[in-house]
Parts: sequence; C-alpha cells; structure tokens
Amino acid sequence: MKILVTCKRVPNPEQKLKLTGGKLDLSGATWQINTFDEYAVETALRLTEKGKGGERSGEVVAVAVGPKEVSQQLRGVLAMGADRGLLVAGDDAALDADAVARVLVKVVEREKPDLVILGKQTVDGDSNQVGQILAGLLGWPQATFLASIRVAADAKTAVTTREVDAGVEEKRVRLPAVVTVDLRIIAKKAVRNEALAGPDAEWEETQRYASLKGIMAAKKKELKELTPAELGVTVAPLVRVLSTEAPPARKAGARVGSVEELVAKLHNEAKVI
Amino acid sequence: MGSVVVFCEVSGGAIRSATLPGVSAARALAAAHGGGGVVGVVIGHGVGAAAQDVARYVDRVVVFDDARLASPLAETYAPLLAAAVKSAGATALVGTATSTGKDVLPRAAALLGAGMASDVIRVDGAQRFRRPAYAGNALCDVEIASPIVVVSVRQTAFAPATTAAAPGALEAGQLGTIDALGAEVIGVHATKSARPDLGEAKIVVSGGRGMKAGENFKILEELTDLLGGALGASRAACDAGMVPNDLQVGQTGKIVAPQLYVAVAISGAIQHLAGMKGSKVIVAINKDGEAPIFQVADYGLVATWEAAIPALIAEVKKLKASAGG
Repeated sequence: MKILVTCKRVPNPEQKLKLTGGKLDLSGATWQINTFDEYAVETALRLTEKGKGGERSGEVVAVAVGPKEVSQQLRGVLAMGADRGLLVAGDDAALDADAVARVLVKVVEREKPDLVILGKQTVDGDSNQVGQILAGLLGWPQATFLASIRVAADAKTAVTTREVDAGVEEKRVRLPAVVTVDLRIIAKKAVRNEALAGPDAEWEETQRYASLKGIMAAKKKELKELTPAELGVTVAPLVRVLSTEAPPARKAGARVGSVEELVAKLHNEAKVI
Repeated sequence: MGSVVVFCEVSGGAIRSATLPGVSAARALAAAHGGGGVVGVVIGHGVGAAAQDVARYVDRVVVFDDARLASPLAETYAPLLAAAVKSAGATALVGTATSTGKDVLPRAAALLGAGMASDVIRVDGAQRFRRPAYAGNALCDVEIASPIVVVSVRQTAFAPATTAAAPGALEAGQLGTIDALGAEVIGVHATKSARPDLGEAKIVVSGGRGMKAGENFKILEELTDLLGGALGASRAACDAGMVPNDLQVGQTGKIVAPQLYVAVAISGAIQHLAGMKGSKVIVAINKDGEAPIFQVADYGLVATWEAAIPALIAEVKKLKASAGG
C-alpha cells in the first residue's frame, strides 16, 4: 500500500519561547519535526513492515509544507525509512490549517495514496485541524486521535481505536482515508497491516531513530521540491495571528521541610487533599 | 443579522454538560454578530427529549434525528452542521472542544470554506478570538477572514450557560443524503483503568526519569490510588521505557490542569511544564534543590523519592484515618 505522511517542523519544545512586543521571535529557534508527525511516520513505516519473510512492502511518501530549510527534517524522515520526500514551498507565517490542507489535497490527487497519516496536532500551533479539513475537502472518511490501526489484508478497510471522552472508540473506515495519530500509536502492538504482519508482530515502544545506514541511504533518496503554483493551488490563509503574548507567569511558592509539613499544608492551606 | 449555530452534544436525554460553555461562547458571539440569535443543532437517534432540554438554552433548535446518526461520525455530522449553518443564514458555527467537537468542527469548516479557531478562551469580536498555542506557553489573538467563522471553545474558559427565559422553538432539519462514506463506529469501550482519566483527574501524580526504573512506578501508583488520582509521567520517563507513552504529560503529550499535581523526580523541562502548569496546586519532590520544577511549584520538598514517597503514603493514610474517624 502507498501511504502519504505529513511532517511539519516546529521549534524545539525544550526551548523557552521568546516573546517580545506582542510578537513571537523564532530567529534563535532550533527546529525539529513535530512529535506527533514523527509518530505518524513510525505508523506509516510499521504498516509496510514485517512481511512473512521479514520483508517490507509498500511505499511511504513524506510531505512537508514550509520553507526550504524543512528539507533537513524531511531528510531525517527519509533516514528513519520513508521512501520519498516532497517539500512544497511555503512561508510558515502565511500558512493556516486550511491553506496546508488545500495544498495537501493537490498532493493527494497527484500521489493517490491508500492512506494519509498525520499527527493529531502540531505542538506549536496546537490547532488540531489539518487532518479533518483534508478529509472533508477530499470527501474521504477520517479517523482522528488514533491509539491503534489495523489495515485489512485486502487494503480496503482499516479498523482503528480512537481516544474519545467516553473511553476508546472502535471505528472502521473504508480506504482511502485520512487518519491522525495520538500518543498510544507507538505502543508495541498498536499498528499492523494484516497483509504483512502476523497477529504476534510487535515493535519497540518508541518512534525509531535514524541509523547511520539509514542516514547514508537517505542521501540517495528522492526529495522533490514543488511550489503551490506547480500544484495548481493558491495559498490564501483564512486565519491570521494578530499578536502573541506570554501567559501570566506562575510564581514559585514555598519550600517545605518535611513530608508531614507538606501534607499538613496541602490539607489545611491549599485544601486539595 | 447573522445568527450563530452551536453544535449541541447530547447524552442520556439531556444536553451534555460539556456543551454548556459552548452555548455561552455562542451567545457572546451572537451579540458580536448583530444579535441574530443562537440556533442549537442536535444530531443523533431518538434525541427528542434531549432536544427539548437543549431548547431551554437557545433561541431555536434544529434536530436531525435518524437511526443512521446514532453514533457521532464526522462523515455524517459535519455535512449536517454545514447545512444547518447555510439554511439558518448563520455567520458562525461554535462548539465545545470535546473529542467529538474536535473531530467534527474542522471538517464542517472545510465544507463551509470557513476559517476556524481552535480551543478559544475569549471572544473579542465577530471575527477575533484569543486562543492558547505552544501548549499554553503563548496566547494568540487571531482574526478569521472568511465570511463564516468556525470556533471550538475550551470548556474551562467559559461559564456553563444557564437556561433562557423562554424555551426556543424546535424544528426538524432536512436530512438530505446521509452518507457515512463507509465509516462505522463498531463500539465504545470505557477505559479499563480503575483510575480517572489523566485529562479529567482532580489529582495527578507524575514520575520522571529520576524514578530510575519502571518497577519503581509501583509506589507512585500506590500513592495515586490512595489520593484517587491519575498517574502521569515525564517524556524522559516514557522515552526511557519506564511507562507507556500514553502517560506522558507535556507539550508533546497530554495537557493536564488538575486541582493538585505532584511531580516526583521530574526536573521540569520546559516541554513538561507546558503540560501541567495550568494545575491549581503544584507539588515538586526532587532531590536536586536547583531543579527548574521548583520555580513553578507551590510546595517544594527537596528529597529523594525513595525517602519521601513511602513517608507521604503513610502521612496521607494517617490523614484519611483521622478524617474517617
């Protein structure tokens, strides 16, 4: 099966945000792939792995929309094992979820994947919209916030579990479909393509890291750069950020000298236990 | 002028309490949109009684009641919401950012060609909203340029709506073609854990890399269960394989805001703080007095977990015994 997976670059969440004069200053930021997109890549790779003889089958195409520098993150994804990369030129500040989804529609029309996998949200904008908008524009079924996915041997349907307020929802979708992944998707047995992997197949509970061999191989893999115009789409964001400020700071409280004092304060002062 | 459509989730013959803050936001937005009123949309099967309940909060209710709508599928719900917006001539679609709202509303926005603001915490005008980003490390003021705006609101940011003076009128919506596109809900299973959900728990106890090994989380579980809370972990602990990834609290995990958050052997990396600094009271227990976690903690205890946690369990048991007696 052919899988399209999305990769956004985000500022390293370990770095403190620089906010001055109502603007977010990202000039000193270091960038990395959005964590949930990393899980999406891991999901896509697992769906092409562990065939009967241990072989891989299928194709994983990684797509990013962003500035030229994102090729670095895409190379990283190719080093993880994705087969091809596509970078659609875009200015982060001039993109919103709708614009990204409209670019992705054109990529989907061109690539004709069986499945599109996205992270459930990016850890910068936190909008949690692109997958759902993409599915809506394509008229495809969707399954969001996945904890697991099992693709049927005939690649016509997938059974997913989704994290919902009431617990875990089991949802079957017809393929092609758009899915978005949550934290649990990297559990050992959360992902399986029944055409390849047996019921006992399991992976390590982590997203994989690029091996040296993977990094070398990635250098030879195709990474194609495109413009929205070449795809026949105009980028016109509907949502604009006017200003950004820091939330009120939390101030440090008191040190306590003992467990007894802690429990007494939590009970009598804070009244939380 | 333009009215505002609010997606009203229902359960057990009544409006879902999570929807009420969405109704409040819809009212605020309706005033900004020229006072066209609030239209509640109820979708489901056998939802007549629930729609009556919804009518107590809105000016008008449009009900889509059909066996094929029994489960909340974005594939069937989003087109009905979009149709309701169009037929009401509404200029806004609002809902609470519940798991269903987050699933359905962006898809409806796509069908309407509308821009959407997620997780809104303040309505500043007909097309201007405040929302958090970077896991709450930044607050953004955004403007939506499309003629119709779609908004999901953070449940805790708006007071639940109270009932209106007179109930709104009910009408049946035009069902049109209902096509689930081959999608189907097979079932919903309540989470197996006896513990409350991490996102909703009043008390969260989290462990970090300093716990050293997965088996050491057992003592945190004991404390968690004693307090009736949920167990969490830092990304470092998850990445080290000590606990499953779904316990992760932080910018790259779950965002929590309990009444009490107890951080044990967690240094307090920025990405972890982003996931828990909305908590009402934060307790930090760490052997390193210089750990950044102490900068956000209301109560800090410099101690090893090996010494502090058994003592804490004993002390809480003592407290519970005295309260019980």
